[in-house]
Amino acid sequence: MRFAAGNSGKASWCPSASLAVMRCALVAMVMVLQACATVANPDRRDPLESMNRGIFAFNDTVDEKVLVPVAIAYRDATPDWFRQGVGNFFNNLEDVWSVVNNALQGRRLDTGDSIGRVMVNSTVGVLGLLDVASDLNIERHPANFALTLGRWGVRPGPFLVIPLLGPATVRDIAALPVDFQGSLVSQVQDESVRTALSVLSLVDTRAIYLGAGQVVQGAALDKYSFFREAYLQRQRNRDYDGNPPEEPEAVDPEGK
Amino acid sequence: MKRLFLRQAVTLVWAFSCLGGASFAHAEDEAPDVLIKRLSVDVLDTIKSDKSIRAGDISKVITLVDTSVMPNVNFQRMTASAVGPAWRQASPEQQKRLQEEFKILLVRTYAGALAEVTDQTISVKPLRAAPEDKEVLVRTEVKGRGNAIQLDYRLEKTPGQGAGWKIYNLNVLGVWLVETYKTQFAQEINAKGIDGLIAAMVELNKPKAKKA
Repeated sequence: MRFAAGNSGKASWCPSASLAVMRCALVAMVMVLQACATVANPDRRDPLESMNRGIFAFNDTVDEKVLVPVAIAYRDATPDWFRQGVGNFFNNLEDVWSVVNNALQGRRLDTGDSIGRVMVNSTVGVLGLLDVASDLNIERHPANFALTLGRWGVRPGPFLVIPLLGPATVRDIAALPVDFQGSLVSQVQDESVRTALSVLSLVDTRAIYLGAGQVVQGAALDKYSFFREAYLQRQRNRDYDGNPPEEPEAVDPEGK
Repeated sequence: MKRLFLRQAVTLVWAFSCLGGASFAHAEDEAPDVLIKRLSVDVLDTIKSDKSIRAGDISKVITLVDTSVMPNVNFQRMTASAVGPAWRQASPEQQKRLQEEFKILLVRTYAGALAEVTDQTISVKPLRAAPEDKEVLVRTEVKGRGNAIQLDYRLEKTPGQGAGWKIYNLNVLGVWLVETYKTQFAQEINAKGIDGLIAAMVELNKPKAKKA
């Protein structure tokens, strides 16, 4: 497998394909906008709620009809150790990008941990297939450029749901091209290998969350609100290093 | 006036003696972080030693929750916060129903997650609170393989001496439980009122045919 990690000058992904995807996304957005309805409980963080709900429903259908069946088939067809290895392999690639971003965020210990993980797992862990670093208690600190922007003080902006990609904020979308370039999978030169790796990563990740998906299904009165709230809170939590100030609108403390 | 005070004092002394010295001292001495640690270890050990709980046996999970967890939770406050301002308009009967259904909803949710419990351990981070604080944040981490999972609790000191600390909100990976339900509850209440919210939860709590 060849990686052209330092080769940032040349876009290795196919521009026409991504253009087509973007065009589809735009058409979908316009269609949803036309079907715009007023929202019952407007949320100041979500000014485009009715559009977002439309895209969310679309994503949910794609997930249910395509991704989940494929993930179940994959889960049933492969042994545990295989999926464990695949997950470890992609985590190791992610850890490389976490090194860069933890460094950009000025987190020395996390950067050190991430470097240590990549070094141990890429060598002793056989190209990342084994997560030896976790056995040695070297913690993972996943980081991407969206989080780096947050660390640098960029505000998240309104909540948006992206077709096929899911919940995001404007800041995440701004970071997307950089994170895309930073992902080692996108740097693989051979297109068929790159596609195969991307699909495997996607299906493997979805297979991991099959259980969680069922939990949410049973836990949410309104799946959209549930995801939005969880996503925004989690982002806020990470922006404040796990210690966000309490929201301005106070919760009724008496509870009477 | 003086007489009234005397009567109150007598009642108070009587109440304390009824509580019994030993349990009283124990409850008062236990700090919130110690309580969380004890509770987490208790619950984790029970789950690890019981296969049927890990398999998601709801009735067993409910028993575990009722005996170990609920005595340490102010569930009324939790439900009231999630319901929001409409809680005050709800009749006592509605409030009772809201609490019941919300509890089942949460138990069902967490029962599904228990299947993931294998060899995790809990570490409680040092408590940062003043002795006179009435509300504290206890932070813990669930450590298994890979990423540590952030799990935080907000606790309040129950008014009255020796009544101990009670959990009123919890946070998984930075997401507070009460806030996550607040928006959804408000939507239901605005659309169909408090009875509508109760009905929606009853519907969601109905056992469904298992998929996949």
